[in-house]
Amino acid sequence: MSRPGEEDTGGDEVMEEEPEEQEDGYTSSTPTSTLTWISWFCSLPGHEYFCEVTEDFIEDDFNLTGLNSMVPFWKEAMEMVLDVEPDEDAAKIPDVSIVESSAEMLYGLVHQRYILGRAGQQAMVDKYESGIFGSCPRVYCIGCNVVPCGRSDLPGIDTVKLFCPNCNDIYVPPSSRFQGVDGAFFGTTFAHLFFQNYRESAPAPFWKAPASGGASLSPRTSARNSPFVNPNPYGGQKRAAGYVYVPRIYGFKVSDRAKCGPRMQWLRLRPETPAQLDQVDWRGRWIDEDEYEDDEDEQDRQMEDFDPDAADEDEDEDEDDDEEEEEAASPVQNIPAAATRAVRTLPTASRQEGPVIITLPPTGGKVKLVRQWERPPVLTGTA
Amino acid sequence: MYRRAVEDISTGSDSDYSSTWISWFLSSKGNEYFCEVDEDFILDRFNLTGLNNEVANYTQALDLITDQLDDEVQDELRGSLDVQARLLYGLIHARWIVTARGLAKMVEKYKRGDFGRCPRVLCQAQSLLPVGLIDVPYEKSVKLYCGRCEDLYSPKSSRHGSIDGAYFGTTFPHLLYLVYPTLIPPKVGPPMDGPSTSTSGGTAGGEKLRRRLREELPDVTGTENVGEGISTASVALKAERYRPRIYGFQLNETAKLQRWQEATRDRQVARLEELEERG
Repeated sequence: MSRPGEEDTGGDEVMEEEPEEQEDGYTSSTPTSTLTWISWFCSLPGHEYFCEVTEDFIEDDFNLTGLNSMVPFWKEAMEMVLDVEPDEDAAKIPDVSIVESSAEMLYGLVHQRYILGRAGQQAMVDKYESGIFGSCPRVYCIGCNVVPCGRSDLPGIDTVKLFCPNCNDIYVPPSSRFQGVDGAFFGTTFAHLFFQNYRESAPAPFWKAPASGGASLSPRTSARNSPFVNPNPYGGQKRAAGYVYVPRIYGFKVSDRAKCGPRMQWLRLRPETPAQLDQVDWRGRWIDEDEYEDDEDEQDRQMEDFDPDAADEDEDEDEDDDEEEEEAASPVQNIPAAATRAVRTLPTASRQEGPVIITLPPTGGKVKLVRQWERPPVLTGTA
Repeated sequence: MYRRAVEDISTGSDSDYSSTWISWFLSSKGNEYFCEVDEDFILDRFNLTGLNNEVANYTQALDLITDQLDDEVQDELRGSLDVQARLLYGLIHARWIVTARGLAKMVEKYKRGDFGRCPRVLCQAQSLLPVGLIDVPYEKSVKLYCGRCEDLYSPKSSRHGSIDGAYFGTTFPHLLYLVYPTLIPPKVGPPMDGPSTSTSGGTAGGEKLRRRLREELPDVTGTENVGEGISTASVALKAERYRPRIYGFQLNETAKLQRWQEATRDRQVARLEELEERG
């Protein structure tokens, strides 16, 4: 078969990063003639993210439905991938490199399908757990492992990216050798199906700061001992790394009232309890403001303008009066939690959300903190 | 005078044979994030207040940095003194880059993309800024702040990953955007100092880009305020985000979290807009 001379160097370079390969015993010392095209391809530099698709999978025509229209020189590419000796008329093809690129395309598109199946997911979880895909570059994801992810299922659109399940965001691979790998070879679905299958690796959508009270200057990286449970059995079962960066100038938080103030903390924010997730309806509006920890009347009236729906207007008017009773009557468990969250991660937000007066001038963080903390006892008193 | 002349020459080239300690330090591999601290700044003792408690062999280290160290002493202490000199330079650097002149120097490096580009795909290679998580040395390594997603990333290279974050401080990037509000990156579209402008010969394209951005900007930021310049209250609404999908369908739990996050965002935007209206 046509395997260029660079295979030796290629194989050697990646050897350490490819435990998969070593399991099969191909790369270490066996002569290259016993190396299958698939093993060789997966051992090339930049191809570390690929797992080896079994030949059975490729040989099953059902798995290849529709691909033959996307890959030129289909027959030759198949022969190359499966290490079948080419027919005599292979000489018709002017340049072997054309077939090679076809073979790569074929393998990549089959790979996209293979990794959605049971065997493929298993192969990828092994790679995931050994950290072959690397970890999230975001500091407060604290080294959460990432998986390869495409932005399109069609080839030739974008290169492979890395998906972090903790921040639910995608990143450019750190090394330029992945710039040549098509994202379609991993597809848009794989990463998310993967974390549906392996829920213990998927961080939960809520996060409570380790109990130490008040705003912490440094992130808490130490994991707590208590077992973590997500009440949603279909959700992520891993404790999330939920700290959100708070910009500071000379130790003071930058207010979001400043032009350069924080605008994007929501992107990484998690509620403290799973119940808080249900406070937003499917249209993205807060369902019942009274259940929310603090009276948000200013903000909420403003929100009605975004989505004119007059139904809630009256409730908002009465909100101040009703609120304490409502909160006392309804399950209160998430109120103190929510109050501390507001202080910790959206410091400036809490300023205007004070339960007593809305037009409170900005005061020191400490004072606010005290007020927020005092709230739960007041509530239980009225109850 | 003589030294000043030499310094000017040596900073231009990347050779290891530069004659001042600072230019040698700046040109050595892994120190690309540092900028040159003006000698006047170092020689003004007021700027160094308190550093003598942080650095052992403070006097000699300072002499080494300013190239006034006797050769004999240098031979004696060579190994340890170099470490102390780096620490001292780093701590001075943290103070220098929050001065007007220091900020200006760092802005140039920022525009050149010396600190790298944001790895987040939707930030479209936004130029980053170095930041520390704590102002005390020997605690945390340097991180990179992206003004677009307003988040922190670890440097790609381990050379940079081992630099002390205290050499840049917790304040620097935020003060930079406070002082240079025009540099605050837009939340959508290509960055103002994108890779296209950093390459030589791309200035015309960059100019076009900037003009286009300026045209887009009012649209991006919504309502204009009288005498306030551009408003940034609602920029977050335009920020792109990634939505995980399986066969085109969003995932229940993730979608729920994202809705919650966006509702939180909308609440902040509404509050900021209201504040702006009130003036």
